[in-house]
Amino acid sequence: MGYVAVQGGITAIENSQKLNRYLRLRGQSAPLTVRQIMEQMAPLVDRVMSEGSLHSPFHAALALKQASGDPIEASFLLRAYRSTLRRLVDSLPVRTDQMRILRRISSAFKTIPGGQVLGSTSDYEQRILDFSLAEETAGTQCDAKREFESFIDGIEESLDPDQFRKVVAMLRDQGLVAPLAPALSAEPTDVTQESAEFPLDRSGRLQMLARAETGGLLALAYSSMRGYGSIHPTIAELRVGYVRVQIPHPFRPGAAVSLGSLAITEVEIVASVRRSEQEEKPAFSLGYGACFGHNEVKAISIAVLDRAMKSPCPHAPAEDQEFVLLHTDGIESSGFCSHFKLPHYVTFQSDLDRLRNLQGSEE
Amino acid sequence: MSLRDLLPAAGAFRYNFAFMDEGAKREVRRALLKAVAIPGHQVPFASPELPIARGWGTGGLQVTMSLIGPDDVLKIIDQGCDGSVNAVNLRKLLVATTGVRTTFDSRESTLLQSRHRLPEIPMTEGQIAVLQVPLPEPLRLVEPSEVETRRMHAEGDYARMWVSLYEDVVQNGAISLAAGYPCRVNGSYIMSPSPLPRWDLPMLNQASHLTLLGAGREKRVYAVPPHTSVRPLEFDDLPFEVESFAGLSCARCGSTGTFLDEIYDERTGKPSRVCSDSGFCDLVQAGVVPAKGAPHD
Amino acid sequence: MTDSSVTERSVVLSARNIGKRYGLGCDACEEETGPDRGTNVCPRCGSIIALRGVSFDLREAEILGIVGESGSGKSTLVQCIYFDVEATSGELRLRDHDPNDDVLRLARNRKRRIRASLMGMVYQNPLRGLRVDITSGANVAEKLLEAEVFHFARIRARAGELLAKTEIPASYIDALPRTLSGGMQQRIQIAKALANNPPLVLLDEVTSGLDVSVQARVLDLIRELQHELAISLIVVSHDMGVIRLLADRTMVLKNGCVVEQGLTDQILEDPQHAYTQLLVHSTL
Repeated sequence: MGYVAVQGGITAIENSQKLNRYLRLRGQSAPLTVRQIMEQMAPLVDRVMSEGSLHSPFHAALALKQASGDPIEASFLLRAYRSTLRRLVDSLPVRTDQMRILRRISSAFKTIPGGQVLGSTSDYEQRILDFSLAEETAGTQCDAKREFESFIDGIEESLDPDQFRKVVAMLRDQGLVAPLAPALSAEPTDVTQESAEFPLDRSGRLQMLARAETGGLLALAYSSMRGYGSIHPTIAELRVGYVRVQIPHPFRPGAAVSLGSLAITEVEIVASVRRSEQEEKPAFSLGYGACFGHNEVKAISIAVLDRAMKSPCPHAPAEDQEFVLLHTDGIESSGFCSHFKLPHYVTFQSDLDRLRNLQGSEE
Repeated sequence: MSLRDLLPAAGAFRYNFAFMDEGAKREVRRALLKAVAIPGHQVPFASPELPIARGWGTGGLQVTMSLIGPDDVLKIIDQGCDGSVNAVNLRKLLVATTGVRTTFDSRESTLLQSRHRLPEIPMTEGQIAVLQVPLPEPLRLVEPSEVETRRMHAEGDYARMWVSLYEDVVQNGAISLAAGYPCRVNGSYIMSPSPLPRWDLPMLNQASHLTLLGAGREKRVYAVPPHTSVRPLEFDDLPFEVESFAGLSCARCGSTGTFLDEIYDERTGKPSRVCSDSGFCDLVQAGVVPAKGAPHD
Repeated sequence: MTDSSVTERSVVLSARNIGKRYGLGCDACEEETGPDRGTNVCPRCGSIIALRGVSFDLREAEILGIVGESGSGKSTLVQCIYFDVEATSGELRLRDHDPNDDVLRLARNRKRRIRASLMGMVYQNPLRGLRVDITSGANVAEKLLEAEVFHFARIRARAGELLAKTEIPASYIDALPRTLSGGMQQRIQIAKALANNPPLVLLDEVTSGLDVSVQARVLDLIRELQHELAISLIVVSHDMGVIRLLADRTMVLKNGCVVEQGLTDQILEDPQHAYTQLLVHSTL
């Protein structure tokens, strides 16, 4: 009989887990090292750190190895690990205007103070499969590396952060965007400490967006870009680079201690002109996006959605903060999606009972 | 990493008792205290990620993890069954991180975590039922916005919920809601009872035990304290009905008064019925408790 | 009905100094706005003084007309009474509720209960008062369910009875309002407003959106129902014709303030305030 026997069910589940782990091992290739993933799949590692909401390339790469490269699964592993870590201290606000620049562009002006710094990007690649990579050996890799390093030796080393004035600051000086709001008096919202309450303030919104899944954000931001509540964005500035993380000095009030630095992507967009209640003059509206690592699609999407959610009378899906924020977390949405594979024998039995009852009453 | 590595073994354990750190557990307990004090009211809590996927019982799991102690006896069921995927998975994690004793006999358990069922043997004073809830908001049926549903609860603005039942009856001749049938708790808040089948709702009303409901993904906990009224929404002239198993009995233990799952033979395709509560069915077959007769026998 | 009989009847609703301000307000608001200044926008702080110091009593089975041009505050006033808009000042007492309670100060859940059982509202735009995605019957049922009537057969019967009373074909009970004409939608709103036999019904420009021929029939219906059920009505209109037809007594609002009030005949025959004279003469 087809009854799920208690012991049989448990054994079947354990066997299924064994098979799942075996799938990664069954081939003939050498084990993938965590270091290889960190070094050769950096964008993937960045994405997992950002969606897993924990900045640690090592743990992200390890999670990717364990998840056989599935980014949502890997960021889920990272988040669950994060839940076990003690929170030691809140950092000071990160100064992105002091970023050590790897890449910095503006689509608003051809030349900007400090200049356009293209850095590394796949924007100019022709997407042609490179079959030589299939033949790559330690030797060819080494040669290519040496060639590049001799080229890079000729480049000026340091880019002084101070030379890169924020484009938005320039616009603000000219009164084209609203003046900076006064610094937050309250602590910023932290959705990992208390559940998000709607309407959620901007700090909470940006935090949820920074943790959200890249594909989900892109889909909703794209809906806005394509016309469902378009805000006509222009990228005032996109920067990728290292920012310093500092904490308050434990003994010297006012002083700070540097813990190190981490790579982030930051995007500021200017969008449709808006006249707000407080200000007399119309001005460009702003959208802001930042996330861990190098992930430009994600940062741009965040900035577009940040602006879209500020629309005074929301109509489009991307303007509705509950809609955007509650449906873009990859860990939550994928978990709930896969929960439909769990047994629903009892609930479905209840549905069956209702349907048969309704059918019976119509006869 | 295997689950064995999570065991708090001598000298080398890497995770706290019951996985979550004590600060996070305390936060869940604070939310639970509030939930017990305001029966049926959904209390927000932080709901950090656990090693189980969202939608797979992380709400119930956090409630259990925040309450469990070394002396607890744990029973975990999934849709009534101890051996079902979700129950096995959660039990393994909890045993690996706490080492507590588990049981399939609901009478022995001090903590009973369940997905969508209460045991057939009514729970008693001192026992705690922890229910895993996928969608805690009963008003989501009629209103998608969280801001709006919270306002509706605060103002007792339930007319739209009632209107949807009215329309249901007009269209279908009866209320077609199946599992997770909305209830009014303590005469005040409307609550979504996990999705328990309607069969289990009378067991929640004026129960002797404490029921705690946790929704991890939606970050809400709520509670039905002992001896609290839980009334399914019904019209005065159209009384609420539980699932009907009239004339049917369990093919294994012969009970006629239990919630029966419909199963189809793997070879012949012939349908038959068995108790959804596997622990109860095992006890009847072992002769420990008598088979249950139909409620109206 | 005669004037003397009205004044002997009990006061159903008593409003004192109702005020509504949008914006933060400042010391100058009082001085710089109102009918004498010809504006309700404070030039100093930009706040809108939508209503100021409105007081009146409404007696049993009395029809009070409220007239004024758009922006005079007449719709805001009925919306404050119906708790759609929160009044910033003033007091409101109801005969059929605890007289110690200023109902404007009650918690929202209690206001909701009062609104369900003691008041009905008919909005200018039927889409505001009805939900178009549920049937006509369900719209009426909603009001009954708000008042905690939970007997299905009785709800169904009452909905049928009200639709008949408002001259809506019985078959429309399970039709969606969206598929019906504006006149029919307005009748459903009236049926919904009357569902719990409230002592007070508020009518906000109920005929403004309708064709002239339909207007007359809806007004007749309102007059008949009011007579039959002896309810008190507040009728808001910019149309002196509507006021003349329905109202026993009339209050004239300008820039959020009452500039004149009295028996409708008196106001129409012998308007005292220049603004009332303008209103009356421009429609005669």
